[in-house]
Amino acid sequence: MSDGELIGSYIVPVHPHTVLAPEQNEGWGRLRDAYDLAAQRIKDSGADLLIIYSTTWPSIIGHQIISDPNPEWVMVDHDFHDLGSIPYSFNVDEKFAHEWNKANEKRGLKSRTISYHGFPIDVGSVVALKLLNPDNTIPAVIVSSNVYANRSETTVLAKACMDVVKATGRKAVAVTAMSLSNRMFTTHIEPKDDRIHSLKDDEWNRKILEFLGEGRLEDVGQLSRTIHQQIRVNKVVAFKPMWWLSGMNQNRNDLTGEVLAYEAIHGAGGAVVHLDPTPSGTGDKEYDEDDVEYFAGERNVLDGEAAQADFEKDNSEPHAGTTQNSGPALWDPTENKGSVNTDAAPKPVGAYPHARRVGDLLYLSGVGPRQPGTNSIPGGPIHDGNGTPLNYDIKAQTHAVIQNITRILEEAGGSIDDVLDVTSFLVDMDRDFQGYNEVWAETLGHVGPTRTTLAIRALPTPIAVEMKVIAKAPAMD
Amino acid sequence: MTKGEIVAGCLAPHPPHLVYAENPPQNEPVAEGGWEQLRWGYERLRESLAGVEYDAIVLLSPHWQTYIGTHFLGLPHFKNLSVDPVFPNLFRYHYELDIDVELSQQIHDRAAEAGLSVKMMENPDFRVDYGTITTGHMFNPEWDKPMVVISSNRSRDYYSVEVMQEMMMELGRVTREAIIASGKKVVVLASNSLSHRHFTTESEIPEDMSKEHITSHAMHLWDMRMIEYFRTGQAQRIIDEMPEFTEQAIAESDGGGLSWLLSTLDIPKYPGILHGYGTIIGTGNAIVEWPARNHKEVEE
Repeated sequence: MSDGELIGSYIVPVHPHTVLAPEQNEGWGRLRDAYDLAAQRIKDSGADLLIIYSTTWPSIIGHQIISDPNPEWVMVDHDFHDLGSIPYSFNVDEKFAHEWNKANEKRGLKSRTISYHGFPIDVGSVVALKLLNPDNTIPAVIVSSNVYANRSETTVLAKACMDVVKATGRKAVAVTAMSLSNRMFTTHIEPKDDRIHSLKDDEWNRKILEFLGEGRLEDVGQLSRTIHQQIRVNKVVAFKPMWWLSGMNQNRNDLTGEVLAYEAIHGAGGAVVHLDPTPSGTGDKEYDEDDVEYFAGERNVLDGEAAQADFEKDNSEPHAGTTQNSGPALWDPTENKGSVNTDAAPKPVGAYPHARRVGDLLYLSGVGPRQPGTNSIPGGPIHDGNGTPLNYDIKAQTHAVIQNITRILEEAGGSIDDVLDVTSFLVDMDRDFQGYNEVWAETLGHVGPTRTTLAIRALPTPIAVEMKVIAKAPAMD
Repeated sequence: MTKGEIVAGCLAPHPPHLVYAENPPQNEPVAEGGWEQLRWGYERLRESLAGVEYDAIVLLSPHWQTYIGTHFLGLPHFKNLSVDPVFPNLFRYHYELDIDVELSQQIHDRAAEAGLSVKMMENPDFRVDYGTITTGHMFNPEWDKPMVVISSNRSRDYYSVEVMQEMMMELGRVTREAIIASGKKVVVLASNSLSHRHFTTESEIPEDMSKEHITSHAMHLWDMRMIEYFRTGQAQRIIDEMPEFTEQAIAESDGGGLSWLLSTLDIPKYPGILHGYGTIIGTGNAIVEWPARNHKEVEE
């Protein structure tokens, strides 16, 4: 199966006027025409997945993904209920939803799938899917917009999604259901009187659309906070969708953009924009903000230690669809005469024991920082499932190695004080020697074993340090 | 015609966790209990009003969010399934409720005369928000009183807490006048939490009370400050401090319910009865009753 890819992106308006009342205002009609054109382009593109990020579905517990294969109900807008009702019956890619959920968790995000009869699909998603996928021929997924999510979380959400798109070989189209300026008139207006709420909002909208028309998506993402301050009513969801859409497009600035329509909907700025991944030739730019791979922000207010353990566990595992980096299989330690094994140490990655006693000496197999049970790596792995280097904490890893050594020695009836000789292996001597050496001085430095430290190219798991230990064996009873 | 009256005004929060923990037959998920302090608070509130006759419940819910004025449910009966879009694992409630359309229209009309932007909601497919359903159930599980359901106009988002409060004070005033003119006895409910900073994680068992607490000390201090004002008849101070409270405690008073409630009660100088306080997924929630029936001289 070939790698999946994002074959297009669209920005579409959320209010129900384009479905229920396009004939009541020329601008609404033009938005509807643009919606129909976008639908035709999507159909012609051979897309096999629509991914909707909707600003009208706020969430609190991480991100939520619809996984009900056939959500059906009748949607009525909270404000525009007098325009009528929109019955819906959608074709949701349940499997993709679950895979995306897993990929989110592996990248440190809180996430869950939603499949309940009668769950209220939000107005933005309903409008987008009704118009972009009128025959329901293309399966879709819908994700919420987390109220508390910042840029890094939203960017990682996109990367997790693309992990699954690539791994499953999909030809996906990303859609953000959103307004540009979102200030509506606060009183009823006649449809014929609709216009952008203020000149200022209109000018900002046109600047945003100028950027998008040039394919400069990441530039708009970088301006998200400014745009939010300038032309957005502070509703629960900020101007986040550009972070997500840019993340879906590898934070590129050289897409081929086209504004299909821009009009007012009850004062808010509604636009249909098509972003094609074909490079526009404008050249890419440097970016001001970090390109985040994992979300490590505050999500553990409820149960800090457990949440951190979950995060570490998740990040010790490969990303969806990157089986080449899934790491070696874990083995039960071998049992031979003199073997010392314990559940309190991580499982071996081959057929060997944790330690072996010969005479008065204990020979330990190479010990790393992986944690028993979870296989997580304190301080984080040194690279992700794709081999992309990650930031990690050598001190935390070194502490964890010495903890594991202590556990094995205690299983043998001894202690860390019995260590006689250590050979240490570091995968990055320049970066890590100092931190490793500091932890050594605080711990084994007080015990006093001889030591040799070597730089090596790699270790079997994504860890930075491993130690080979010879210790004095405790007296036999 | 005899004058109508507000027999009680209540702060009656709506986190769906409370209905979930009660295990009523209308709700699909099943819980092992939880949030008892608040549920017992609702029991005390119900007991307090058990012997009080009234004709209708008027409720303002922050989860029917409208940006184009204030809306009122305008059909006599609603029946549907309410699924919380944020906590669907906890709240999937099959509801039926009656609306006092006449009183709704009267409040609507007076609000329009006062210059507020208002609209009646008359689409039969409309799903009533889960805030209304939760407070409606916890306050009156029999659902045997007709309701007036008022949306939360998000003027705070558009303008400021001050503007929101000015509009909600006016809405509260016309609500009171309409009730008096109607000749009906009414309970008014503001369906909102106090401090409103959520945990962003949920425990494996949502009703695991070992995990439940306020999100921060600052939120606790604000909640206690408000409760002290409730208990000592200092409603005017609540109004005065509403901007700071709403912004610093990220309070759900941003939806206007609390300001509206106090205004319907004409800014009561008598103590409110604290029936219960507790946190739900980190947010602060108080159940408070102002027994207006016992303080008519203050109202009139």
